[in-house]
Amino acid sequence: MTRRLPPRVAAALTDTALVAPATLAMLVLIFLPVLIVAVLSFTDYQFGAETFRWIRFENYADLLTDRIGRRAVVNTLIYVGIVMPAATLLALLVALGLHGMARRTPGLAGVLRTSYFMPVAATIVAMATVWQMLLHPSIGLVNQSLVAVGLSAQPWLSDRGLVLYTLTVIGIWETVGYNMVLFLAGLAAIPAHLYDAAEVDGARDGWARFWTVTWPLLGPTTLFVLVITATRAFRVFETVATLTRGGPAFASDTLVYAMYREGFVYFKAGYSSAITMVFFACVLLLTLVQFRVLNRWVHYR
Amino acid sequence: MTVLAPITRLVGPALLILGAAVVLLPFFWMLSLSLKPADEIFAPGIHLLPSQIEWRNYLKAFEEVPLHRYLLNGVIVCGGILVFQILIAVPCAYALAQRRFWLNGAIFTLVLAGLLVPYHVTAIPVFLGLAELDLLNTYGALIIPFVASVFGIFLFRQFFATLPADLIDAARVDGLSEMAIVWRIAFPNAWPAATAFGIFSVVAHWNDLFWPLIAVSDPDLATPPRGILYFRDEEAGSDFGPLMAATTIITAPLVIAFLLAQRKFIQGVTMSGLKG
Repeated sequence: MTRRLPPRVAAALTDTALVAPATLAMLVLIFLPVLIVAVLSFTDYQFGAETFRWIRFENYADLLTDRIGRRAVVNTLIYVGIVMPAATLLALLVALGLHGMARRTPGLAGVLRTSYFMPVAATIVAMATVWQMLLHPSIGLVNQSLVAVGLSAQPWLSDRGLVLYTLTVIGIWETVGYNMVLFLAGLAAIPAHLYDAAEVDGARDGWARFWTVTWPLLGPTTLFVLVITATRAFRVFETVATLTRGGPAFASDTLVYAMYREGFVYFKAGYSSAITMVFFACVLLLTLVQFRVLNRWVHYR
Repeated sequence: MTVLAPITRLVGPALLILGAAVVLLPFFWMLSLSLKPADEIFAPGIHLLPSQIEWRNYLKAFEEVPLHRYLLNGVIVCGGILVFQILIAVPCAYALAQRRFWLNGAIFTLVLAGLLVPYHVTAIPVFLGLAELDLLNTYGALIIPFVASVFGIFLFRQFFATLPADLIDAARVDGLSEMAIVWRIAFPNAWPAATAFGIFSVVAHWNDLFWPLIAVSDPDLATPPRGILYFRDEEAGSDFGPLMAATTIITAPLVIAFLLAQRKFIQGVTMSGLKG
């Protein structure tokens, strides 16, 4: 049947058959929802309600002036502000160590690399419940060890001043292995002859070689890792939902968790949409930075 | 300095080993608790290893919650998502890479723009849509929102663009339809991209808690992470041995896959860095 059709029509039909399902799915599942969420963020719509009112920027104003809303924003920024540099620096140190070790004892380096990557492969909700055991106030290994060496036990997950920092430690734990792999790839791409050249030029010890060769060539990778760690940290949800539900007293509330709670526990769809848009704006900004970095990274080679 | 050199050379590896031990501690503790008798878990003092192995924790984990059900749901949801993602993404990716048509550029721009949207952003409208279609609390609610993988389209397109033109031309001369070329020529040749994408997709959805928490409230539809929370929040949740046995079982599939195929796994998971 297709044979009877003029070739141009047949080609158009083929193109449509190939791209229509994906295009339709993208429009319905991604782009239309983004538009709707943007619109809803200016309303007081509640799930299940018959009608809604336009309230312009009230939701956004609430988020940024309300004590609870501001908590979520500030907590997320603190979380990202700690996890981003810490997980990057630790990963860089581990990667440098393993890269050097791989020449002398490749077996051990391989085992260690696997160990550091394990948290990335593990189901984070399951591992969060394990952290809950480790951090249990009385029978947890962490507090028992502290008591055993004469320090006092800490309420890691129930103290308002402590809980967010406990979560950042878990966040760093689950991110270092991921970043390490990116750094190892960056290190492997540095040509060996550059080190020889640096040695001829007088960079004899490891320190000098690091500053003259490794660091400048690893710069783009580092930027990339920083941005990617930030985008991942901005989405922190699983550990919060598993361990604290944003508590105690919103001390560990974060943007994505607040979005979930306001929208799907309290059904405040309009307010939740505004939180979504603020989250989206943050991630978008970071992703645009990332694309710029990636471009530079590619041109570098 | 020369006397100290061997010592300083050992400091680095020692720190790396110590760091790895800290990273592995939760895994070790999970296994240890999952094999400890209940009274030993609550006993004062530090006992790193169980004094006797308590296998019954693993049996109890299956008795106290429908753990097999959670695992099965995980397989159904991850499998369903992956199959639909590939069915939808691959033909589109092929067309974008190998065919010229007037909307080509526009659709590829959509794909790149889609990469910028985290799935959390679409949650509220997608939830509303599923509610409108009366699909909440079904497998559909867990699968449908993820079938349009812009990352999949992007990845396969990049791969298909490197296929030699001769290969496609020869197939066309042989009279194969374009759809047949997609599935019989292009897709089998994109196997490395497909495995990497498969790992990426399965890891993301096996571990996801955000969407299952929103889309289903029926415990029979709980995915593994959701199931773990049901277990913990039940009365039986203070039964730490079986709880840790359950977390071990749910963590095991991906960790074993990682240990067996490290290169592929790392490649698949770190690719997600490209995705917004």
